[in-house]
Amino acid sequence: MNTETKWVPVIGLEVHCELSTATKLFCACPNTFGSEPNTNVCPVCLGLPGSLPVLNARAVEFALRLAEALNFDVPARSVFARKNYFYPDMPKDYQVTQFELPILQDGTIDVDGVPIEIERAHLEEDTGKSTHIGGAGRIHEAEYSLIDYNRAGVPLLEIVSRPDIRSAEQARGYASELRAVLLAIGISDVKMEEGSMRVDANISLRASESDEFGVKVEIKNMNSLRSLGRAITHEIERQAAALDAGETIVQETRHWDESENRTSGMRSKEGSSDYRYFPEPDLVPVAPTDEQRDAVRNSLPELPAHRRYRLVEEWGVSLSDARILVDAPGLADYAEAAVAALNQGSARDVVNMCTGDLLAYTNETGRIPDEVPLTPTGLAELADLVGDGTLSRSLAQEVFADCVESRKNPRAVVEERGLAQVSDTGELATIIDTVLASHSDAIAQYHAGDDKERKKKRGFLMGEAMKASKGKGNPQLLNQLLDERLA
Amino acid sequence: MDRAYEIAASVRSGERSAREVIDGYLDNVAARNDELNALLLVSADAARASADAIDAVVAQGKDPGPLAGVPVVLKDNLCQRGVPTTCGSRILEGWKPPYTATVVEAVIAAGGIALGKANLDEFAMGSSTENSAFGPTRNPHDPSRVPGGSSGGSAAAVAAEFAPLALGSDTGGSIRQPAALCGVVGVKPTYGRVSRYGLVAFASSLDQIGPFATSVSDAALLLDAISGHDRRDSTSFADQLIPVAPSLNEGVAGLRVGVIEELTNGEGVAPEVRAAVSAAAAALEAAGAIIEMVSLPSTQFGLSAYYMIAPAEASSNLARYDGVRYGLRVDGDDLSTMNERTRDAGFGAEVKRRIMLGTYALSAGYYDAYYGRAQRVRTLITRDFDRVYENCDVLLSPTSPTTAFKLGDRTADPMAMYQSDVCTIPTNLAGHPAMSLPWGKGADGMPVGVQVLAPALGEPTMFRAARVIEDAAP
Repeated sequence: MNTETKWVPVIGLEVHCELSTATKLFCACPNTFGSEPNTNVCPVCLGLPGSLPVLNARAVEFALRLAEALNFDVPARSVFARKNYFYPDMPKDYQVTQFELPILQDGTIDVDGVPIEIERAHLEEDTGKSTHIGGAGRIHEAEYSLIDYNRAGVPLLEIVSRPDIRSAEQARGYASELRAVLLAIGISDVKMEEGSMRVDANISLRASESDEFGVKVEIKNMNSLRSLGRAITHEIERQAAALDAGETIVQETRHWDESENRTSGMRSKEGSSDYRYFPEPDLVPVAPTDEQRDAVRNSLPELPAHRRYRLVEEWGVSLSDARILVDAPGLADYAEAAVAALNQGSARDVVNMCTGDLLAYTNETGRIPDEVPLTPTGLAELADLVGDGTLSRSLAQEVFADCVESRKNPRAVVEERGLAQVSDTGELATIIDTVLASHSDAIAQYHAGDDKERKKKRGFLMGEAMKASKGKGNPQLLNQLLDERLA
Repeated sequence: MDRAYEIAASVRSGERSAREVIDGYLDNVAARNDELNALLLVSADAARASADAIDAVVAQGKDPGPLAGVPVVLKDNLCQRGVPTTCGSRILEGWKPPYTATVVEAVIAAGGIALGKANLDEFAMGSSTENSAFGPTRNPHDPSRVPGGSSGGSAAAVAAEFAPLALGSDTGGSIRQPAALCGVVGVKPTYGRVSRYGLVAFASSLDQIGPFATSVSDAALLLDAISGHDRRDSTSFADQLIPVAPSLNEGVAGLRVGVIEELTNGEGVAPEVRAAVSAAAAALEAAGAIIEMVSLPSTQFGLSAYYMIAPAEASSNLARYDGVRYGLRVDGDDLSTMNERTRDAGFGAEVKRRIMLGTYALSAGYYDAYYGRAQRVRTLITRDFDRVYENCDVLLSPTSPTTAFKLGDRTADPMAMYQSDVCTIPTNLAGHPAMSLPWGKGADGMPVGVQVLAPALGEPTMFRAARVIEDAAP
């Protein structure tokens, strides 16, 4: 029996997402990323003696949105607890979190047709951020450390799946779908690179003939979906190899090193893991009212799974294109606005432009679709120019690049550069005849060759014809004329 | 002895200047604070400046408020912006809060003048003010004796006429017990009646700020000034509260008063203290109240439950004093050595004892047996009170089992010290209000206190009973 069938991976994911509330979880400090260190702080988030937390009602509302999206149970009351441990970037030396009674319980998320159960989701405050100077950036060897408390008190929702995930691919699908949902309901930026969504994985291997779970290893520090998948694959292989060699797995936390493509054991924060949880006496239980839940239910936007399905139905695009549109922040909104503005163009062209050039542009520039110099109406105009035959698709790509560069609209660019497609049959026929006249050897080879050879020569002649038309020839007409001549 | 409400009335009418008032009290402080060590810090200049500002307001024909020109002493665990706040501990060395406690804002908004910061047992942990890192406070009635604690500095300051009013905090009796030992009035309000924002926490689910005064009316004046919802304290009552002052003199005719059997006739209660409770009950009866003995059997477990819950919360609340951000720092080769050395040097023995007790009570494997069980006892005590309050409007008991003891008498025996709070602790566990007021003196010439208790938000009734007892007191 080989390794793949001998061991069954048992994977659970813990996702921490920063909620995009305007203020922190327990005080009125701004919840923003990238400010000068220690500027978004006050007595409460610095944990100064005598200060008291007050729960941000918006954070509760955000959790309730997730409850509606993923069918969580919302207990009548949930309770905050203190998790006690000493760490310098935690101002009170305890973290206010939820322990026995979380705000959300028992949700489900559909991952490529498979329902994955989510055990719980709870609210908690983030810690500050330490930068260790010297000693390879580790606290114990550092010469000194700098602490930025801007992040201290930022609201987090920790979403804990059941250990129902069986592969790296499924784990990636789970994280991807969860990210899409969090984005769609507008409660988090879910930027893994910036840390506003952090995914930790608990992995163990179970012998396929046994019901007994193996020893669990937690892996951290995956800052993209790709590295999540790679880290899990690597960890499964590492554990399988160890078990195959008769070794035992040590329960530990391991750190994913993207550049080395491996996990390594981490030094634990404190010797003991006894956090001495007890109910936070400075806060009252959270008891969402029916009115609150109704308000959230009535204002919930369309969820990603439904939207993908709808786009496939309405536009006839592939599921994978629909997924790209829906999963990238703001892209589906942009595409829908563009499609709504179409005249002669096709939704398919809009989708191709969005998932192609537009997405490449946003990825490259770090902008969101809303900030792209070409508006949805402009993109619709470009698709119309393709639709009415003015532009070939390849010319449309050039016009797109020009539009985002010059901030001009597509028609203006086409006119200025004289890019309009040539569809005059007489003019195109002249071009074809000139090309054929100067490539008689190619024509001979075409007629003598097998299918493969014919295809090759035909492609060559078409390319020459297009070149001769300076790229403006209507490709369909050129093809048609060429076929007629070669027949 | 000037009453706060008389001072306020005369300052508001322009009859007396606030400056004249504050100078008089500052003279008293100068005469006796070295001996008593009631105040750790005297804000003389700032207080005079505030008094002048109040006089200017009066001169403009405006009203500075119900506490106009009244000096108020603050227990040194209440934050006042820019004023050192020590909590009686070395660990907060040099720390000046960048903000002001809600109660202090309320006092100042009502025209009161913050006169200084009062000594206390370190982080309010103690019953004699001997646990202060800055030396003990002495009882103004006999400086060889303790003033009680932990708000001993506040109680002694009012008894020694350093100020007509003071604020303290009461976690297990820290206002009422020193009030009794110093012969003044001390009130522990219903949990949530007064905002805790800006009170350095000892045990968050039990702490409550309250007034000290030389009379029931003055205590009412200060309590009404500091009560009310504060959006910065989630545990403060959101509802409109009924003030205590308006109904103060309505008497006790028909009021049902229960005398708590276990606390009044319990072991360790001095005969003169027991006699004072009986006499106070008789005075209420003479004024038309109906007296009966009531039993609260679960209160005998109060002390044990308290010494699990309070240290557990304290162990967490005091974790932040780690040398990283403010206060004392004793350097070490690495972070945890720095943390340990700082906490070892910064905390006194009693604080360390309670942090260890609390850490243990919350530990995995012990939580249910200690913290969990203590919380169940707390529920039982609350139910016991609820049952008794079905037939009673207020309850009566001793405040402290004994009068003030000598300095050093109980420092070697923590359990004997903890016994000082046996009568006051059940109220904190239930979250109810209670107050102590003087009833004569014991054989040793020291003041005796009686305690009036009421159900949650029962302060108006509690104060009516207290007024009647005050009038009848010897």
